[in-house]
Amino acid sequence: MNWLASGFRTLRRDWRAGELNVLMLAVIVGISALSAVALFTSRIAVTVQQQAAEVLAADLVVSSSRPLSTEIIDLATEQKLLQARVTSFASAVFVGESSTLVAVKAVDEKYPLRGKLRVADRLFAPAYPTDQVPLPGQAWAEARLLARLGIDTGGRVRLGALELTVTRVADYIPDQGFQFVDLAPTLIINMQDLEASELVRPGSRISYNLLLAGSTASLARAREQIVDRESEFLTLRDLDNARPEIRDATRRARQFLGLAALVSAFLSAVAVAMAARRYAARHLDAVALMKCMGASQSLVLRQGLVQILALALVTGLAGSLVGYLVQEALAWWAHDLIQGVLPAPALSAWTIGPVAALILLTGFALPPLLELRRVSPMRVLRRDLPPPQISRFLVYGLAALSYLLAVFWLAGDLRMLLLVTGINLAAVLVLGLAGWALVLLVGRMRRGMGLAWRYGLANIARRGTESVVQIVGFGLGLMVMLLLTVTRDDLMSQWRATLPDDAPNHFFINIQPAEKSLFLETVTGYGLPVPELSPLVRARIVAINETPVADMEFDDKRGQRWLQRERNLTWAASLQEGNDVLSGSWWELQANSAGQVSVENEFASELGLKLGDKLGFDLSGERVDATVTSLRKVRWDSFRPNFFMVLSPGTVDDSLASYVTSAHLAADQRALLLDLARKLPGVTVFDMDAILGQIRGVMDKASLAVQYVFMFTVLAGVMVLVAAVQATRDERRYESAMLRTLGASRRTVLMGVVTEFAVLGLLSGLLGAAGASVASYLLATRVFELQGHWDGSLWLLGILGGTLLVGLSGLLATRSVISQPPVLTLRGDGV
Amino acid sequence: MTILHQVTLEIAGGETVAIVGQSGAGKSTLLALLAGLDEASEGEVWLDGVALSGLDEDGRAAQRAGRVGFVFQSFHLIPSLTAHENVMLPLELAGVADAVARADEVLEQVGLAPRRRHYPRQLSGGEKQRVAIARAFVTHPRILFADEPTGNLDTRTGARIMDLLFALNKALGTTLVLVTHDLALASRCDRIMNIEDGRLLPQGQPI
Repeated sequence: MNWLASGFRTLRRDWRAGELNVLMLAVIVGISALSAVALFTSRIAVTVQQQAAEVLAADLVVSSSRPLSTEIIDLATEQKLLQARVTSFASAVFVGESSTLVAVKAVDEKYPLRGKLRVADRLFAPAYPTDQVPLPGQAWAEARLLARLGIDTGGRVRLGALELTVTRVADYIPDQGFQFVDLAPTLIINMQDLEASELVRPGSRISYNLLLAGSTASLARAREQIVDRESEFLTLRDLDNARPEIRDATRRARQFLGLAALVSAFLSAVAVAMAARRYAARHLDAVALMKCMGASQSLVLRQGLVQILALALVTGLAGSLVGYLVQEALAWWAHDLIQGVLPAPALSAWTIGPVAALILLTGFALPPLLELRRVSPMRVLRRDLPPPQISRFLVYGLAALSYLLAVFWLAGDLRMLLLVTGINLAAVLVLGLAGWALVLLVGRMRRGMGLAWRYGLANIARRGTESVVQIVGFGLGLMVMLLLTVTRDDLMSQWRATLPDDAPNHFFINIQPAEKSLFLETVTGYGLPVPELSPLVRARIVAINETPVADMEFDDKRGQRWLQRERNLTWAASLQEGNDVLSGSWWELQANSAGQVSVENEFASELGLKLGDKLGFDLSGERVDATVTSLRKVRWDSFRPNFFMVLSPGTVDDSLASYVTSAHLAADQRALLLDLARKLPGVTVFDMDAILGQIRGVMDKASLAVQYVFMFTVLAGVMVLVAAVQATRDERRYESAMLRTLGASRRTVLMGVVTEFAVLGLLSGLLGAAGASVASYLLATRVFELQGHWDGSLWLLGILGGTLLVGLSGLLATRSVISQPPVLTLRGDGV
Repeated sequence: MTILHQVTLEIAGGETVAIVGQSGAGKSTLLALLAGLDEASEGEVWLDGVALSGLDEDGRAAQRAGRVGFVFQSFHLIPSLTAHENVMLPLELAGVADAVARADEVLEQVGLAPRRRHYPRQLSGGEKQRVAIARAFVTHPRILFADEPTGNLDTRTGARIMDLLFALNKALGTTLVLVTHDLALASRCDRIMNIEDGRLLPQGQPI
């Protein structure tokens, strides 16, 4: 295996001679960034998921108004899922003669499966987490229940036929935020006491819940099997359908992180491509010489392949290792903010480093190496022979292919893929064209300037293509850095602003038409703004385009399920806040505007609905028809009452509706709840504070992760700068020696170089700022669905930063070249 | 454009031949054709008994491997390899087993053993050319092509380099094709070929 050995040998020697430094560094930085992001993101995603699961105290909850069949429990056992049972109902507890309403939660010892209960030994004592549940004969009560009953722990309460001792104060109940808390506080008892309470009787309104947790795959299987048997008494809740708000937040968090990883990858690719070009250029002579000595094309080719593979292996491992260490450091550093130990990253996150190194090198470094085989041996006699023209098809084809592969693999989101690719391509194209125009312009400007200026500007013009390549490289680096420094904060704060401190934290449902005015009066009496009341009826879709749904088949199982249950319907004259019409149009109020329905986009696609379809609804026996006239996108995390289907006013008789609304209650306004309970006992309040907390947690973690990940992207940007400066180093070495031989002072040559790089930096900064402005606008509006706006500081920072950064790095990189006595360089030319 | 016209030339094994002429006369082109570095648009070239015309680049390269040595005006050492590794390169390409020892031996012969670990940039011009000569002879080639080997060196160093080259040439019985515009150097060869405007002048004609 001569070629194998010679491939390794060449690589080893190049490594020793420092030829590989920039190339390897570029790949390692890229891979470190990618794997650190992948590993860290994976860990964060796992925590976010776990934390979000706390809202349910499980990964999946099966609820029924009847005792759960053994069949379902067997199913869960079969899938090796963790199980816990919770039975809840409303009742009254007694202490002596006084009594109060409570929400009873009878739990078994496995509860909760996700999250932990926090309890205190006495009222106002510090709370601590516990893995236990009340023993039979005991009860744990919320502080406000104890306060209402006028007892502390150790006190005894009567619940139905039971006599219980309160042993702990329940400070935090994981899935509390999920329940419809009537105003009643919670009392937790042991499942074994349930029967003895004699409260479970035919006709009592009881919710039987089976909490499940386990691997994603087992859960999915169990879910599917349960759905197949689902009767109308059963409901399933998991994170996705239970809390679209949290789903939206986690999705955006992943997008932010994915973006940072993508951009690092892209920058690394640019750096690798530039470094590989220089590496290949420096090997032209060596390859020509080897061919003189009898090396065949295929030997050169195989050597190139061996080199790429070996490089990929080494850099992939090194990059993964660095990435791992860095994200460990991040995890340690961020551990206070994340509150708790991060779980291990998902196994798949480990494959990213080596695979990405291979893709990166194959796509961006292989083409120039492969083209080396076509170097003519004549080059040994005629140095001025042009290097072989690299096949564009090969270069762009391989690069594009590997890029798409990598991005799709990383982003897994087509929209993001298209957008980032589009931005990148457009950036390269526009930067290239604009760079070309600027280079031409600069070339003309040099008349009447000092020697250093003339030399610097002349260099930019003379190096035409090289200069454009450098401007594109620098410009991309700067663009991304700007995007990530200025825009990142902007995007993050905007994202947080979508959930302002006064986001609604309470839902009020079941307000009867006759109670509307009293409700509004009571609410405004506490200083709250007048809330918008949305009418609500329960209805079932019974026909689509006159075909009874019972006769219809759906590809999407979810679609089928949607139709088996009653849904909330509302009607409104104008589009609600946080809603956007995607297609069709919202109705104008007219005499004949009744009979229309606006459907949420995802819901429509699950049911296969399109504009013009006719839906038949059953409202407790009454048939209502409406035509789909618009599809809407709903911002679920707006914390307002949101609906899958909105009817045009007049379609349903107002008198059939009850009303819902949401409001933000500050801590000192909570007395309103008691007041409402007294005046309007029928109104149910849904406390959202726990969920809001969860979502803010997701945002905090995501923005934290983005901050750290961003450092890598900057590093990748710097790598591009280094590679771009290195690209012309050899040529510069010779030129400066020539100039100095001709009598130019070291200072003049240095000033010339500084001028050249500073002007390149200025031009790149200008273009980078333009690119960053456009990209941030597009990202904000198209991907993250936030407001886009123009930022002037971007331009100032781009131009100043570009000039300084590129000028300085150019100076540092070429100073040694210029400092060398010219005779050494000129003699060295004949190496 | 035709660079060489009607060139007929035969070089016997073990012969030393100088090709002389003005800049641009076609000396280097002739050398390239003889060594199979380039392809003739017309006519035939035979190298060591094999017709090069009709072979592709790889075929011609295979003919050179281990059989042909080169010394160039601009040395052409690989900057990332040490002196010793530069000398080893042709042996490695030919798959010779004791490359390390043989390269050491030749470096010793050219008097550069102490500098074997030096990189080209750490060597003087004369030393570079000695490494190049060691590299050319290390495979014991049947034919050595030398293209203005003293062109980048001062007169004294140049003379010493040529002494070395001829000495090794004699010791190994190598055929030598030397391209030069230095007539003194050319006169050390068995035969001088004069080339002018791409045509070979009749043998022995004064220049």
